[in-house]
Amino acid sequence: MTSQEFASNVLPRRSLKRVPSSPRTLFSAVMTVVAFACAAIALIPLISVLYYVIINGAGRLGPDLFTQLPPPPLVKGGGFGNAILGTLLTVGMAAAISIPFGVLAAIFLSEFARDTVVADWIDFFTNVLSGVPSIVVGVFAYALVVVTTGTFSAFAGGVALAVLMLPTIVRTAAESLESVPNETRQAAIGLGATRFQTTIQVVLPAAIPAIVTGVMLAISRAAGETAPLIFTALFSQYWAKGVWEPIASLSVLVFNFATVPYKNQQQLAWAGALVLVGMVLITSILSRWATQRKR
Amino acid sequence: MVPSTNDSQSMNWHRSEASRWLDKGFIGVTGFFGIAVALVLLAIALRVSIDAFPAIQKFGLGFITTSRWNPVENLYGAWPQVYGTIVTSFIALLIAVPIGVGVALFLSEDFLSPRIQRPIVFLVELLAAIPSVVFGLWGIFVLIPLLTPIGKWFHETLGWIPLFNTVPVGPGIYVAGLVLSIMILPIIAAISRDALVAVPLELRQAAYGLGATRWETIFQVILPAAFSGIVGGVMLALGRAMGETMAVTMVIGNANVASPSILAQGSTVSSLLANQFAEASGLQISSLMYAALILFGLTLIVNILAELLVRSVRLKL
Repeated sequence: MTSQEFASNVLPRRSLKRVPSSPRTLFSAVMTVVAFACAAIALIPLISVLYYVIINGAGRLGPDLFTQLPPPPLVKGGGFGNAILGTLLTVGMAAAISIPFGVLAAIFLSEFARDTVVADWIDFFTNVLSGVPSIVVGVFAYALVVVTTGTFSAFAGGVALAVLMLPTIVRTAAESLESVPNETRQAAIGLGATRFQTTIQVVLPAAIPAIVTGVMLAISRAAGETAPLIFTALFSQYWAKGVWEPIASLSVLVFNFATVPYKNQQQLAWAGALVLVGMVLITSILSRWATQRKR
Repeated sequence: MVPSTNDSQSMNWHRSEASRWLDKGFIGVTGFFGIAVALVLLAIALRVSIDAFPAIQKFGLGFITTSRWNPVENLYGAWPQVYGTIVTSFIALLIAVPIGVGVALFLSEDFLSPRIQRPIVFLVELLAAIPSVVFGLWGIFVLIPLLTPIGKWFHETLGWIPLFNTVPVGPGIYVAGLVLSIMILPIIAAISRDALVAVPLELRQAAYGLGATRWETIFQVILPAAFSGIVGGVMLALGRAMGETMAVTMVIGNANVASPSILAQGSTVSSLLANQFAEASGLQISSLMYAALILFGLTLIVNILAELLVRSVRLKL
């Protein structure tokens, strides 16, 4: 039996042509539609959130929003100048604590302990730390600062946010430092630089743009955090008096005003959400632009 | 090496004592901060445990199984909250896992050109960046009005099932579950996508070569190969869902009951903390710390498992 006979006798109906109506092909087509549907469903909430935040929040945008104090119930107008200042202050403190802390730890991971067991363990702990719920971090800051000093304070809020920012900063800074080519280090060492000089004057400056991107992302995430602030920084109706006093923040203002029955305060909550989302959007786009430009 | 016969010349070949100490000191300082990062996790565990100790001593393990929260008599038990945390996370996973893996497949296969695919990847990432409190606000004013009629319909037609046997009044466990599913979807999608992209091209080519269709390849070759990575992503998402606070607190209703109905109001450990911590004192604080410790323990186990799974995938590459 020649191969041609075999083909015509034994496999009479098996053709190599694609049959659009065969169950296998149909199944494939249906699943492709399902995958497209999944992607569409995933994007609906994002579009809806952005739409409603803009529609409900844009009406209140104006200079008053950034200069006035939050209004009491049933009073018209007002803004959240103190909350914006409070967010800047708490996030600023958090950045002041977590950036040096995180970058030094990242230098150790990338420059002095790369591919060692110690680095592996620190890496592991950092990843697990980033999974600790933000509310638990708030509880920790409460126990550490509020109980010790006896008062809710902006500083306590700053500590909580610093703990939340730390893993992001360590990870992005370590990645940025590791992506600096080894030739750069060898060249510096070859010219007689010490390890301190190599790291501070050569490797770190080369990694700075990428580190800044990571830090910006961490800051924008921290500014939107609410849970760790509600019982550390608490809230305040007035302008900030110092770091050892309770302080207003934009995210806690959105939370407080979202759950009251007063129209004016609800509008302010939407405006606050718009400012928070706008900030996250801008930092995300900027950091994406920065990383793409590098490639 | 140049043998140093002349003392004044050998000076140039050796670093000064000061610079050597600076080097050592610098390495020491960075090492200190590196290890301190790891110690932060232990500090959280230790500090919260110490402050929870009075409540642990008084209520023991019964804290998890009793449902009372009585500041007047100082009796506390967190069963409704533990139950609420588990149920809302479960609902979230039920919705987010199939859709998230679907999105991951959509974004890892070549359905679209990379020029259209990349912006979609960015948009999914953006969903993860939206603050929790904004989801809560959106949940209150957009999602709850939308879901309440649907919940009512379920109650009227399927009310004989315990799952739907309460009248929805707005906020509820099902709303919290849905908001959580939206929030964890980007995590599942992103990590599953990484796992899918990491599957060696040869496996796919071999399957195509044997005559498999695209989706036969996906189901029988690609998904099994990426399975542990996907499970790692799902575990990370579970940890996030259990600890998520603001959005849940704003849409769950904060009722201290463990109802079998998902249309009922409820609470989670994190919403309990968010609602009560600022005004609590004495044994109530300690009990809240105990609840926080339980939440910390649960998320820790889930996160460690997730990290180990994701790591095993990375090692295979």
